[in-house]
Amino acid sequence: MVQQTLNSSWQNVLTKVTAWARINSPWAIHFNSGSCNGCDIQILATLTPRYDVERFGIKLQGSPRHADVLLCTGPVTMQARDALLRTYEQMPEPKFVIAVGSCGLSGGVFHGCYNIVGGINELLPVDVFVPGCPPRPEGIIYGVAVLLEALKAGKRPEPIQWSGSGLDGVLHSGSGLEDHHG
Amino acid sequence: MAADTNKFVIPIGPQHPALKEPANFEFWVDGEIVTGASVRLGYVHRGIEKGAEARTWTQNLYLMERICGICSHVHATAYTLGVEKLAGVKVPQRANAIRQLMAELERIHSHMLWLGVAAHEGGFDTLFMYSWRDRETVMDLLEKISGNKVHYSANLLGGVKFDITSELAAEIHKGLDFLEERNHFYMKVVTTDETFIGRTQDIGTMTTEKAEFLGAIGPTARASGVARDIRVDAPYLIYDQFPVKVMTHTSGDLHGRFIVRINETFESIRIIREILDHMPQGELTTRVPRRIPAGEVVSRVEAPRGELLYFIASNGSEKPERVKVRTPSLCNWSTVLSLAIGLKLADMPMLLSGIDPCFSCNDRSISLKRGQQGPQVWSWEKLRQYGIEYYR
Repeated sequence: MVQQTLNSSWQNVLTKVTAWARINSPWAIHFNSGSCNGCDIQILATLTPRYDVERFGIKLQGSPRHADVLLCTGPVTMQARDALLRTYEQMPEPKFVIAVGSCGLSGGVFHGCYNIVGGINELLPVDVFVPGCPPRPEGIIYGVAVLLEALKAGKRPEPIQWSGSGLDGVLHSGSGLEDHHG
Repeated sequence: MAADTNKFVIPIGPQHPALKEPANFEFWVDGEIVTGASVRLGYVHRGIEKGAEARTWTQNLYLMERICGICSHVHATAYTLGVEKLAGVKVPQRANAIRQLMAELERIHSHMLWLGVAAHEGGFDTLFMYSWRDRETVMDLLEKISGNKVHYSANLLGGVKFDITSELAAEIHKGLDFLEERNHFYMKVVTTDETFIGRTQDIGTMTTEKAEFLGAIGPTARASGVARDIRVDAPYLIYDQFPVKVMTHTSGDLHGRFIVRINETFESIRIIREILDHMPQGELTTRVPRRIPAGEVVSRVEAPRGELLYFIASNGSEKPERVKVRTPSLCNWSTVLSLAIGLKLADMPMLLSGIDPCFSCNDRSISLKRGQQGPQVWSWEKLRQYGIEYYR
């Protein structure tokens, strides 16, 4: 079959539109690969009214075939490994992986246990790491924001260079969301 | 249950929008009616019990806390109570009071989380959003006390890390007032909303005899009229000074489980207020030796989901010889599988979440060998090899 190509100006417009759509409405899928639930309830908390990521267009999606971003937690147990790989393979290109929590980064407190692979980046290419046991919802939102910023520039996120103060303000500030209830 | 080849099998999981954790279910259906159910667990089996043998008593405190992210404090409490009993240490009353206060705050957070998730499975997303919004209040309180929202690490061997100052107490009182008011609202929703009652009343009804027969525990059993609660039956911490009332319900259906859990939230709020008003004075910690004397101990506490049992064996060294954990979620699976038969497929998500399952708690490995006598010891290498071969 001959691949049909648009002429270059149309192709440019199409690329811009898809990039715009991707940045403004990334759909995420959540996979628990053996985590303790702590990160998962924090991911769920980002969807609920206090943090409400849906106002940024981020939506948790049921099927991997509809998702752009894989939010993955846990130290990857032997049994969950195949399911994780299959979920990742079912996602359409381009796809991005965010590893949430200390276990997803290195195995965390379970490092060395006999039934874990230890760290999601041993299996999948991870774009953003969100540290913490578990990370605060603000941290998870920041992780997604880092990914989106990089996409805006048209590339995958670069490894974060620790500058000492840069992240501090974002990850630990009260963020003005207190007293949201009542 | 044997698979009938003529029936249609619906697989659910391990990755599924209705489940936040990995587990695999198979439902055999005849039209819309479920005729058989099976569950495959183990996706979250990490090898914690064996891992505990390679860590020191203090390191294990943090490992045990991370068995489950929702009821992390009770796991650490059960473990510390066991180790302190082995070491023969008497913990200051104030430390016990703070442990109990954290445990009850955690129960509120867990029950509100469950209320939201269960409503979500029933398609009632408004209640999910409301209860999770209000749940952030108790998460804020836990964060203000301990510095972390989920794994508080309040326990130490021989005491607690944090004190409850009078300013903190005032904030907790303020938070509780808000939560109590909101819970009255949820009680009203659960008991009066017509669609909600339609989804829950007379669904998955379990009689008292059946609950006893299937070994149900926790709020699932209490909703069937089984008045069983470790906080009352075998008081630990200072539950003898601040007794709780066992909340039961006679209906035994999903509706009863909602009512029992909301009532338990009210009871927790009452207990926390009582503890805050009569906080014992004294030290926060006491000294515990690095080597724990040899011996065996069983320690039982009431987790938000039911009885949690720890068996700890020490050989007198810096590391435990064996830590065995029995978590409440595992005991309740048989109720789901037996109640599922005859119900509609659409009721399955709510029935599953009705026992408040926590997969990260219940994925343990058991090796059964018929006819073999005497103890068996699996070495680290052998287990690791077995794990790799098993999933190849």
